[in-house]
Amino acid sequence: MNKIVSKEFFSDKVVKLVIEAPLIAKARKAGHFVIVRVDDKGERVPLTIAGADIEKGTITLVVQTVGKSTVKLGNLNPGDYIADVVGPLGQATHIDKVGTVVCCGGGVGVAPLLPIVQAMKAAGNRVISVLAARSKDLIILEDEIRASSDEVIIMTDDGSYGTKGLVTEGVEQIIKREKVDQCVAIGPAVMMKFVSKLTAQYNIPTVVSLNAIMVDGTGMCGACRVTVGGKLRFVCIDGPEFDAHQVDFDELMMRLRSYKEVE
Amino acid sequence: MNMEDITARRNEPWRDELRKSMPAKDRTNIARVVMPELDPAYRITCNEEVNQGLTEEQALLEAKRCLDCPEPLCMTGCPVGINIPTFIKHIEKGEFLQAASTLKETSALPAVCGRVCPQEKQCESQCFYLKKLKKQPVAIGYLERFAADYSREHGTGEVPACAPANGIKIAVVGSGPCGLSFAGDMVKYGYDVTVFEALHEIGGVLKYGIPEFRLPNKFVDVEIDTLRKMGVTFVTDCIVGKTITYDDLHEMGFKGVFVASGAGLPRFMNIPGENLIGIMSCNEYLTRVNLMGAARQDWDTPVLSGKNVAVIGGGNTAMDSVRTARRLGAERAMIIYRRSEEEMPARKEEVEHAKAEGVEFMTLHNPIEYLGDETGKVTTMRLQRMELGEPDESGRRSPVEIEGAIEDVPVDTVIVAVGVSPNPLIPNTIKELEISRRGTIVVNEETMQSCLPDLYAGGDIVRGGATVILAMGDGRRAAAAMHEQLSK
Ligand SMILES: Cc1cc2nc3c(=O)[nH]c(=O)nc-3n(C[C@H](O)[C@H](O)[C@H](O)COP(=O)(O)OP(=O)(O)OC[C@H]3O[C@@H](n4cnc5c(N)ncnc54)[C@H](O)[C@@H]3O)c2cc1C
Ligand code: SF4
Ligand code: FES
Repeated sequence: MNKIVSKEFFSDKVVKLVIEAPLIAKARKAGHFVIVRVDDKGERVPLTIAGADIEKGTITLVVQTVGKSTVKLGNLNPGDYIADVVGPLGQATHIDKVGTVVCCGGGVGVAPLLPIVQAMKAAGNRVISVLAARSKDLIILEDEIRASSDEVIIMTDDGSYGTKGLVTEGVEQIIKREKVDQCVAIGPAVMMKFVSKLTAQYNIPTVVSLNAIMVDGTGMCGACRVTVGGKLRFVCIDGPEFDAHQVDFDELMMRLRSYKEVE
Repeated sequence: MNMEDITARRNEPWRDELRKSMPAKDRTNIARVVMPELDPAYRITCNEEVNQGLTEEQALLEAKRCLDCPEPLCMTGCPVGINIPTFIKHIEKGEFLQAASTLKETSALPAVCGRVCPQEKQCESQCFYLKKLKKQPVAIGYLERFAADYSREHGTGEVPACAPANGIKIAVVGSGPCGLSFAGDMVKYGYDVTVFEALHEIGGVLKYGIPEFRLPNKFVDVEIDTLRKMGVTFVTDCIVGKTITYDDLHEMGFKGVFVASGAGLPRFMNIPGENLIGIMSCNEYLTRVNLMGAARQDWDTPVLSGKNVAVIGGGNTAMDSVRTARRLGAERAMIIYRRSEEEMPARKEEVEHAKAEGVEFMTLHNPIEYLGDETGKVTTMRLQRMELGEPDESGRRSPVEIEGAIEDVPVDTVIVAVGVSPNPLIPNTIKELEISRRGTIVVNEETMQSCLPDLYAGGDIVRGGATVILAMGDGRRAAAAMHEQLSK
């Protein structure tokens, strides 16, 4: 049982939760995720750790309340308990000083991106962040991202904030302007697919964090399997981050639809 | 157990008297008991346990069949050397609780083993009846289950006595049968035992893998409760190597670590189309249904389980999956196995139960490709027909392809049950540990000690996919050895 310490809505569908989990707070690194089971009859849902406070023994999750379980989670209040939180899972992000890094986040993908932006900056990189969403009210964590970025570009579909256009346009604008040594993209699968296509044209090494369907998160079930470089990999233990240019995004998007009809 | 002990116990006066109470000839004329079971048409509509257990009358009669052999062959077939004639003769005498105590001397989980052991390959395969009389063996497994169930239902419920607490902290990684049996013995020796489990439930495969209709969870929970009462601490949602490390365990004051993390990694066949929607591992399928309550009212986890379900494989996991599919409404549930039925590693009873429940057996068939529709859902399984060739190194006759014999079968769900590999989490996170090429932890076979002096291991993480009884035996041997080392 893990207690919810605080809760804050970023928008009506995006909520930030701070949860007591001292062991996970201590062990986690950028890129790690947890599996959460809201109550005794709940699903096991993977959520990336957006931040942690070792002293307070808490971790931060940013949740888009779109499915049954995430809506349940969003309905909990400070003082309530979550049945299970297990982690940290997955491989931590590989952080190196490479030069200029473009970090792009789409929608709630900005939450898992934040610790990577912070770690990339701390490692001495020039960090340019590109945040994208449908409209202004869906841009989250902008201040936190700004605090660790040399420059922030905002893209919205409807032009209600920043520049009107897709995330790829924002990224391409940077690539055309200066030398980019690495790109990190986290967001909906289709967004990552197109960022990956773009950076492949320019030969820029790119890392994506995949949001596969999971059950256990420990390598036991294979629900999270993806094809990377023609090989079978499990997102929960081999990932969640992979070389974007090797990922079979079409298969990933197909597999993400597995339970569409059931839900 | 050595021969002297066996003889000494056999020579106790009550045994002698009992043997003389009925001529051997009369004993051998009794027909083997038939396990009462639920009607197949009914049982596929629910999750109730199929085998109903022997009645007292049935058990008393079956126990009479046992000849109380001077050199009990059955015991040579038991991986942990249960004193089989002693427990059976206690049953014959009506001393059901003593029968259960005899079982408990060697087996930590008799109610489980009586249900899931492959007796036809172990004790019963060696029984004098089968070997010498060419008759059906004594139903040792059924009797084991009877005694264990009786003691659970009628026993005093007293928890086993433990030695005075010695304050030494011991960590167990994994709560399957191996970890549980180790924990039980260590707490009896007086240690302060904590079991760390990655999942949210205690029990390992007994909970997430083996279905309710074969092993009801409540029986496993009774064993876990007893361990709790004896003082074992259970910590769920804690992955050793991730949440806490081996070094953390030392910092926390643990003086010994036992790794029983199982063989959790599912294998796939790596054939075209295997990632289509509707194709999953048996672990995923069974975990969704057994652990996550998919298909139960009010539970959130979904599971894909269609009308035409193919299960690839011939082991217990395959049988459990295909029988689960029938219960979830499959009209056509098929086992696809590349060898013949004789080579199937599953327990014989499971194969028979599956057949009675209307499962189709397509033996000597092997999938080579899956085809799907435009949305990515699997629709067709392409099978290669096989025939048996020469025996391979495992002694099984290896299947060879019949050229050109290919057929397509419509499917909407495919469950891949072609085996598991050792869980790589611990091997990957403790660098100094010696790991075999198969990914198992290398240990001294007698003591279960790894190359790290304070780390012992057992069960599937050492053997690859094995059995409950072997996992349990490992746990007990490791406990004895670790206790000896720590007592020095
Ligand atoms: C569906 C199915 C049916 C079977 N049927 C039979 C049968 O009829 N008869 C039979 O004899 N055998 C059967 N088996 C095999 C038998 O269940 C196994 O051999 C046995 O369970 C192995 O026991 P174990 O304790 O080594 O591992 P497991 O039961 O696998 O338990 C390992 C536990 O460790 C946990 N774990 C793993 N890594 C970590 C970590 N790093 N930190 C914390 N916890 C961790 C896992 O979550 C798991 O709960 C079956 C197996 C399956 C899957
Ligand atoms: S071999 Fe068969 S008859 Fe002999 S002691 Fe064992 S169970 Fe009884
Ligand atoms: S979620 Fe089960 S193997 Fe990755």
